[in-house]
Amino acid sequence: MSQDFDCAVVGGGIMGAATAIRLAEGGMKVLLCEAQQLGMGASGVNAGTLSLQIKRVALMPYALKGHAIWAEAGDAVGFKESGGITLAFTQHEAEILEERMTARINAGAPIELISSERARQLEPHLTARIVSASYCHADGYANSSLTGSYYRRKLANAGVHVLEHTTADEIEPMDNGIAITAAGTVYTARRALLATGAWTKEISARLGVPLPIRVRINTVSVTERMPKLAKNVIGHATGLLTLKQSTNGTVLIGGGWQGVGTPEAGRGQVVAETLTSNLRLAQYALPELADARIVRCWTGFEANSPDFLPMAGRMPGWENLFVLCCVRGGYTIGPYIGRLMGDLILDRETELPLFDPIRFVEQHDSSTTLSR
Amino acid sequence: MASSFDVAILGAGPAGAEAAGVAAQLGLSTVVIDEASAAGGQVYRAPAARVPEGDAHHAEGDALRAKLAQSAAVFRAGERVWNIARTSDGVGALYDVATIGARGLETAQARSLIVATGATERFYPRPGWTLPGVIGLAAATILLKSSKVLPGSRVVVAGAGPLLSLVAHLIIEAGGQVAALVDVSPLHEWIRLSPRMAARPDLLARGMAWQFEIARHRVPVYRGYDVTRVLGANSVEAVEIARLDKEGRHRPLMLEADALCLGYGLTPATEVYRLLGARHAYIPERGGWIPELDDAQRTSVPFLYGAGDGAGLLGAAAAPLTGTAAALTAAADLGALEDHRYREKANELRGRLAKASRFGTAMASIARPRPALVKHIDDSTIVCRCEDITAGEIRRAVNEGAENINALKFATRCGMGPCGGRVCGEAAASLMQCHGIDRTRIGQFTARPPLRPISLGDVTRNFEYSDIPLPEPAPA
Repeated sequence: MSQDFDCAVVGGGIMGAATAIRLAEGGMKVLLCEAQQLGMGASGVNAGTLSLQIKRVALMPYALKGHAIWAEAGDAVGFKESGGITLAFTQHEAEILEERMTARINAGAPIELISSERARQLEPHLTARIVSASYCHADGYANSSLTGSYYRRKLANAGVHVLEHTTADEIEPMDNGIAITAAGTVYTARRALLATGAWTKEISARLGVPLPIRVRINTVSVTERMPKLAKNVIGHATGLLTLKQSTNGTVLIGGGWQGVGTPEAGRGQVVAETLTSNLRLAQYALPELADARIVRCWTGFEANSPDFLPMAGRMPGWENLFVLCCVRGGYTIGPYIGRLMGDLILDRETELPLFDPIRFVEQHDSSTTLSR
Repeated sequence: MASSFDVAILGAGPAGAEAAGVAAQLGLSTVVIDEASAAGGQVYRAPAARVPEGDAHHAEGDALRAKLAQSAAVFRAGERVWNIARTSDGVGALYDVATIGARGLETAQARSLIVATGATERFYPRPGWTLPGVIGLAAATILLKSSKVLPGSRVVVAGAGPLLSLVAHLIIEAGGQVAALVDVSPLHEWIRLSPRMAARPDLLARGMAWQFEIARHRVPVYRGYDVTRVLGANSVEAVEIARLDKEGRHRPLMLEADALCLGYGLTPATEVYRLLGARHAYIPERGGWIPELDDAQRTSVPFLYGAGDGAGLLGAAAAPLTGTAAALTAAADLGALEDHRYREKANELRGRLAKASRFGTAMASIARPRPALVKHIDDSTIVCRCEDITAGEIRRAVNEGAENINALKFATRCGMGPCGGRVCGEAAASLMQCHGIDRTRIGQFTARPPLRPISLGDVTRNFEYSDIPLPEPAPA
C-alpha cells in the first residue's frame, strides 16, 4: 500500500469521519488516523441529545441538516425522534426560555411555547412546579456510543484507509502537501485536516498557531433500567439539563456540568459537587428519579472558541492544512459540517458558509498572531 | 461534612487494617474506610451471628478487629466510597474521597491514599451459568462463613484455585453434600507448586486435611476437567463436565446437582487505580491487570499506594506486610518518618515479604487467567448478565473492528450495567484474546464513578431549588 494520499484526516470522531467519507466520495484517496479507536472521544461519550431547543441560533440551519442525517442513519445509531420539552422553574427562567425559543423559532426550528399543564399532559411524571415550557416534536436522541461502529462501517464502504490506535506524532509542511509521522511511518498527503476535538488546543500550539480554544469537561450520568418515566427529551431553560430515557429503560442525565482535567492528561474527573447539582436539577424535573440507582458517571471534553462558533476552515499560517473543531452541538451538527468541510477541501462551493478560524488571527505583515 | 487526614486507606482487610495501624502509630492522622460493617475483608470476614466453634480464620479476624479498634486510626465502617478526585493544595496531592453511608454523603480529604480493595472473583461463562443455583465460589464462602447457609442440597464445586477445596470443606462442615469437585488444574500442576506451598507448612497441612476430608466423604474429584454446560428448566438440575486437553473436549459426563459453586480464581480490584489514572501492567501470575508498583508500594501516581491482593495477588499472609510497607512509604513521603529509620524498617520487611509471598503466588498461579476456557462456549451463551450480551454479539463486534475492551463496550453495551464490568470484563477480554488480539491492546474497562451503584436520592438528599447553583448559560 502506497503511503501517499490526497488527504490525511487526523482524528476519528464524527467530524473527521464525516469529512473523510465526503472526500472519498469526491474521488480522493483518504487516510484517517485515530489515536484511540473511532468515536471514543466526545463523539462517543456525549449524552446523544439531538435537540433543536438547545442549538445556537446561528447554527440552526446546520443543526436541521445534521438532524436529518442522523434520522437517515436510523437504527444503526439508535436514532429516536422522541419529541423534546424544555422547562422553566422560575419567572426569570421563563423569560430566558421565551426569548431564546422565539429566536430559534425565527431561525426555522419547529418549536412551540407551551403551558405547564400541556407539558405535564405530554409527560405526566414531570414535577408540578413548572412555570412555563416549550416543545419541539422533532427533538430526540441517538446512542452516541454507537458512533464508532457506525462510522467504521461507513468508512470501510467509502474506501477510506483507516488507522486506529495510531497517534499522529508529527505534522509537518512539505512541498505541495503535508507529511504526517505516525507509529514510525511517514504518510504524505496533498492536504490534511485536523479534526482532533479538544486536543486541537495542544496540537495547534505545537504547530505554532495556538488557537484560542477553551476546553469544557462535561459530565454525563446514567441510571440503571427504570420503569417508563419519560418519553421526551427533557431540558432546562438554561441548557443545564438534558435528560432522556432510552428504550432499554436507562435514564441519561447531562447538561454540561463541569468536571476537572485536561485532554492531555487523559480522561477528566467527575466532581462530586457539580454532579450533585446536575442530579438535583434532574430530580427536580422528574421527582421519581430519586429512586433510581446511578450506575455510571463520566466526562467528555468539549472544545469551545471565544465566540462559541465553530473553527472550520484553513489553518491560519499553513498551506494545505485545515482545521475543524469547536462546534457547539457538535453531535447533532457534526455529520453535516463534516460534509461541508469535505467540500471545502475538494475546492467545491459549500452549501452553507463555514467558519474560518482566521477571525481569531490578527495579520501583522508576514507574521501571524492570535487575538482573543 | 468534610474532614482532613494525612492518609486515607480504602479497605479494612488484612492489608488495609495493618496499614491503618502502622500509619496511626507513626503519628499520621489516618482514616480507614470499608463498606462492610466490620473489618476483616473477605478472608477474615466477621460472622453475621456469633458461631460457637472457633475457626482459625475467626480467631485471626478477631485479632485484626481488636488491633484496629485499639489503634488511633478512625475506622469508617459501612461507608461506600463512590468517587475519588485528585486535586492539589499547592504543596502536595489532595484526594477527595466521597463516601456514602448511614450518615449520608461525606467527603474525606487526604494527603495520601492507600488502596487495599482486595480482589473479585473471576468468571468464565458457561451455557446455563445464569440459572438460579449457580453462585460464585467467593460468594459461597461468604454465605457459608458469615451465615452458615448451604448453596443447595447436592452441590458441584467447580473451577480453579484454592477456593475449591475451601468451599467443599465449608459445605461438608455445614452438613451439606458435595456432589463433585471439578478442578481445571490437573494433579501435576498442584504437584509442581508443592515446593512453594511448603513455605507455609500450616496452610499446606490445612489444605491436605481438607483433601482427606473430601476423600473421607467420598466426594468424586475430577482434576483436569471443566464445566461445559449447566442444565435445568428453572434452576440447576445437572452439571455437564468434560476433560480438557490440547485437542479440546473429551466425552462429557453428567453430574446430578441442584447447585453449582463456580469460580476461576481472583482478579485484583483495580477500579480505584484506574479511576486515578495509575499505570497498569498485565501479569497473569499476579491475577491479570495490576497497577505498576515500585519496590515500596508506590503507584505511578504521586501519593497513591497499593497494598494487598488488589495490587497483585500475593495472598493473605503477604497482605499485612504490603500494607505495612505502603504505610511506611506514605509516612516517609509525607515527611513523617526519617530516612534512615524508613530504610531500616523497609529492608527488614522485604525479606519477610519474599517469604510470605511464596505460598500466595503459588495459589495465584494456579488460579491465573485461562482465556482459552471461553474458546468453545457457543454463541448463545450470555457473557454480560446485566445487559444480556452473548458471546456471539461480542465475537461479531470484534470481527467488525472492536479491538479494545472499551470499543467493545461502546459497540455492544457489554460492561455498561450495574456490575460495571466486574463480572463480564475478564470473559469478554478472553473472547477477544481468543481472536488473537494482544491483552495489552485489549486493555481494561475505563473506571467510572460511582465505584459501586448508588441511589440518586442518596446523592441529592433534601434540597431546595435555590440550593442548585445555576451558572450563567452559554450564549444562545
